[in-house]
Amino acid sequence: MRKSKALLFEMSRSGRQGYSLPSCDVPVKPLEQIVPHSLQRSSDLDLPELSEVEVIRHYTELSTRNFGVDTGFYPLGSCTMKYNPKVNEEAAMLPGFAYMHPCQPEETAQGALELLYNMEQDLIELTGMDRFTLQPAAGAHGELTGLMLIQAYHRSRGDNKRNKVLIPLSAHGTNPATVSMAGYEVVQIPCDDRGLVDLEALKAVVDETTSALMLTNPSTLGLFEEEIVAIAKAIHEAGGLLYYDGANMNAIMGYTRPGDMGFDVVHLNIHKTFATPHGGGGPGGGPVGVKERLIPFLPVPLVEKNDNQFSFNYDLPDSIGKIHSFYGNFGVVIKAYTYLKMMGAQGLKQASGDAVLNANYLMNLLKKTYYLPYDRYCKHEFVLSARPEKKKGAGAGDIAKALLDRGFHPPTVYFPLIVEEALMIEPTETESKETLDAFAKTMEDIAKDIDRDAEKVAHGPYNTVVGRLDEVRAARNPILRWTKK
Amino acid sequence: MDYKTIDGLKYTKKHEWVRLEGNAAVIGLCDYAQDKLGEIVFVELPDVGAEVLAGKSAAVIESVKAVADLYSPLSGTVTEINEELLDQPELINSDPYGEAWVYKMEISDESEMANLMDKAEYEKFIVEEEEK
Repeated sequence: MRKSKALLFEMSRSGRQGYSLPSCDVPVKPLEQIVPHSLQRSSDLDLPELSEVEVIRHYTELSTRNFGVDTGFYPLGSCTMKYNPKVNEEAAMLPGFAYMHPCQPEETAQGALELLYNMEQDLIELTGMDRFTLQPAAGAHGELTGLMLIQAYHRSRGDNKRNKVLIPLSAHGTNPATVSMAGYEVVQIPCDDRGLVDLEALKAVVDETTSALMLTNPSTLGLFEEEIVAIAKAIHEAGGLLYYDGANMNAIMGYTRPGDMGFDVVHLNIHKTFATPHGGGGPGGGPVGVKERLIPFLPVPLVEKNDNQFSFNYDLPDSIGKIHSFYGNFGVVIKAYTYLKMMGAQGLKQASGDAVLNANYLMNLLKKTYYLPYDRYCKHEFVLSARPEKKKGAGAGDIAKALLDRGFHPPTVYFPLIVEEALMIEPTETESKETLDAFAKTMEDIAKDIDRDAEKVAHGPYNTVVGRLDEVRAARNPILRWTKK
Repeated sequence: MDYKTIDGLKYTKKHEWVRLEGNAAVIGLCDYAQDKLGEIVFVELPDVGAEVLAGKSAAVIESVKAVADLYSPLSGTVTEINEELLDQPELINSDPYGEAWVYKMEISDESEMANLMDKAEYEKFIVEEEEK
């Protein structure tokens, strides 16, 4: 087992160097003549002093500690950690794209504009919306953009009393934060005993103050909201709009479309559904699509096509403005577009079909050992409850640590909140039956370990670089900076 | 029963407790809630003078597992907040009914008290929750 190693600062030895500079070939001036005394640093810099090979070994060793979808199974629920084909990287690194400048004149960037335009057309077809902005940098950014569009729409009609956004308990976790950021009040909608939105409870709170309903379909329970048409009708009749959180789009591509379900605004997570790298902070992509009546409010610029020429359109007087510098994370869009083209329409449909098949297969293996609160066909993910194991002394968080010990990335734990001791598992379409079987077997082994010695499981992991971390201290008194002793 | 309850307090289905003192009330989080949340790392308190509504969020409790709202059991005006919790949120874990009271309030609608449970009712409610 490899244990934590020293920081570069701690490895530093005074006088050791990893560089040699040529002698200065211009006259040397005293510092005082260049920088006024008041701006000069008075304390030491305390930069580490090391040789090149020490630095290289340090970072190379650290790089081997990464866990990613390229090293192992990563069933992190709601995150769609599917394999990211390397051809996507090749496309994004093509010199014509990689060496562009965002301020380059349009006529010299026609290829890039065409890609943005084509990407938008493909997303329109896939979702049933009328136009897209590709600017938002990730899902939550897309959500905020979407709510700002909805707000702008209501205000343009003089409809200023709509100050509430409805969110089901099974919604994606970022939705309530987005609602607050956009200045709205959250109204929570309970689920019925099937785990679906409680339609009667929804109808009871919808009124002229309802700005929108934010819905993730399928939900974070991995269940498809079968009554979506009735839900949409209830919201629309009250003058509200429907927002589709695309976190779980990987379950429905080619089978159904948010636009056909009645949604007015949609965001997609291209770093999830369209296989661009994520985890560790991005960059991601969260394009937002809208129906006709919301187009005037989209961020500028949009890409237009006229006589086979592509251009940026900044002429949207009612636009909510820019929500990202330039045109969003263009490199990520290239990767996602490459994925779309490599897969093709049939390929995308098969990806969703296989994602759902994999999830149902794994769910049926695991429900023999673990408690499955909503026992019905799932879509691309499902949620177990480790409540029985918790009573024995090791809960969802402990099972997650035990998985780390056995070389798997754990599922999402303690979310969604409607399932106590939740383990939210999303295998994705890119995993083989053998991998799913191995994971299920490991989960069974962990359950047996809990029966045998829950206390031991509750103190894991044992095989990782660091053992059980003090999460409380990390949250209350985080040490984020090295300081010289 | 695994969870502590206290005689003389009133309780909500969201696991807040209320100690009535005439027209005033002290509000806190029940033992059951602190146990489910796990170690508390942060508490956001209402402002003194703030109007709170029964069933609406009045404070935010953050644990290593989750962020949860504390819903005001009654409507009224916040008169005092427990600033100790800002530095020592862990008091909610160690002494939920004592040192870790969250805020005090003046009640504006006494009829809302009818919605609260007494100790016996609350204990029965917890048992039902656990059996779900």
